[in-house]
Amino acid sequence: MYDTIIIGAGMSGLAAGIRLAHFDQRVCILERHYTIGGLNSFYRMNGRDYDVGLHAMTNFARRGDKRGPLAKLIRQLRFRWEDFKLAEQIGSSIRFPGVSLDFGNDVELLESEIAKHFPNCIDGYHKLVASLLDYDDLDGSNPNFTRSSREVLAELIPDPLLCEMLLCPLMWYGNAREDDMDFGQFCIMFRACYLEGFARPFKGVRVILKNLVRKFRGLGGELRLRSGVARIHVDGGSALGVVLDDGTELQAKKILSSAGTVETMRMCDDITTVETAKAGQLSFIESISVLDRQPQSFGFDRTIVFYNDGEKFHWRRPETGLCDARTGVICSPNNYRYDADEGTLPDGIIRITTLADHDRWSALDDVRYRAEKVAQYELAVESSVRFMPDFRRYIIDTDVFTPKTIRRFTWHDNGAVYGAPDKQLDGTTHLNNVFLCGTDQGFVGIVGAIVSGISMANRHCLQAS
Amino acid sequence: MSPAEIREEIIDILGDIAPDDNLDDLVDDKNFREQLELDSMDFLDIVMELRKRHRVQIPEEDYGALASMHTTVTYLEPKMRDIVKA
Repeated sequence: MYDTIIIGAGMSGLAAGIRLAHFDQRVCILERHYTIGGLNSFYRMNGRDYDVGLHAMTNFARRGDKRGPLAKLIRQLRFRWEDFKLAEQIGSSIRFPGVSLDFGNDVELLESEIAKHFPNCIDGYHKLVASLLDYDDLDGSNPNFTRSSREVLAELIPDPLLCEMLLCPLMWYGNAREDDMDFGQFCIMFRACYLEGFARPFKGVRVILKNLVRKFRGLGGELRLRSGVARIHVDGGSALGVVLDDGTELQAKKILSSAGTVETMRMCDDITTVETAKAGQLSFIESISVLDRQPQSFGFDRTIVFYNDGEKFHWRRPETGLCDARTGVICSPNNYRYDADEGTLPDGIIRITTLADHDRWSALDDVRYRAEKVAQYELAVESSVRFMPDFRRYIIDTDVFTPKTIRRFTWHDNGAVYGAPDKQLDGTTHLNNVFLCGTDQGFVGIVGAIVSGISMANRHCLQAS
Repeated sequence: MSPAEIREEIIDILGDIAPDDNLDDLVDDKNFREQLELDSMDFLDIVMELRKRHRVQIPEEDYGALASMHTTVTYLEPKMRDIVKA
């Protein structure tokens, strides 16, 4: 009998596991995949190391800075700031036709860019920052949490173009809802991206994941890979345990699932129909172009570029076609301030992310699928080079993953990357001992997911019961 | 444990929870929150570390007793009197 079974060895599951194992619970993390990381995993191909999801870790805080989620999670998981070896971004940009706003880890840059390009909006921008909900108010109980961000912005910022530009990166990093964003989520992402900033470990996401797993196992936690949960066995309003894909039965007093709300409900054997419409709708294709030179050598020093090719930013699952390349994210992992003793990444890398439709990608037969990966990649790159130097002649290798890939390795419905639009902020389910963490609970991204795992473990599995 | 030993144990726990904070200048009759940057998650950790290390149970309604070093030691003294310091 375990005290807690955790479903999923992604960021939120591992973080939750550390909290529970630290306080002497008998914990087992069950992961269907053969490796850890979930939406933020890593892999090796053709002799190169790749990150699945990591562009940047948000919510950067410098060593000794006690505020914000990064400092919080380091304390809660009993890590040291040095354990993650975070290198700060060089700087990022929001690029719309005719106007570009740079931003970085110091808030003054974005302020001065707004004062320069949108002088009639600088007062409104300051009012916006002053009106942001505090971290303590972001548990969903504040009535302003679900307010429309577009409405808030329209009230404070006179130029609609600036509203669109400010929303673009925040939706990309990420918003599970189409078109508009809950003001609470807006505040979380505003702090994460604009007030705190971006960083990355030199060796990528594996540094974070290996730290998490090592600590978890060191505390006596059990991690089982290739151990997908097929069913949650329910009796009288409580879960008794789980049944794995191979039929193995495990008992636990509590279950904490990062598989997603709909996905978890589907496992519960007291539920016959799940509301699949409630699952997240937003997925992407992402390409990784390996170059024969460092991006700075051809004049590209941006860490992240969020681009949009019109005045209005459209944040929707593509209505027709496989992808919507009107907007995208360009990321160069080379463009971080790595320590001199770590050096530079072995290859130049450009990652491009594009909105994609899961169902249309999944419907393609193998031949069409392979052909479309190439075709859509080329369209995405073509779209991107309007906003950055053309790097196509430097490409020596590529990899592309699609919503189908995401679904295949995370088992999230629709290959959803940011979970469902309606979050289960309190992490509860219809069962009194089954709880949720991860993207469907409320926070997204690496830092968000870790905080989610910690919060839900604290609230439901550690506090008095 | 004596009150002095209990105090030492709390300092040790705080060192675990807030390793960057300077605990040498801690004033016992002033609230922790005024001297250290502790939030509700950190307070929960104090409760949980006491449970983990010494099997001391603190019900949620008593969490307010942990406001300062002085009130904490006073509250814990009867609960930890019979515990032998490791």
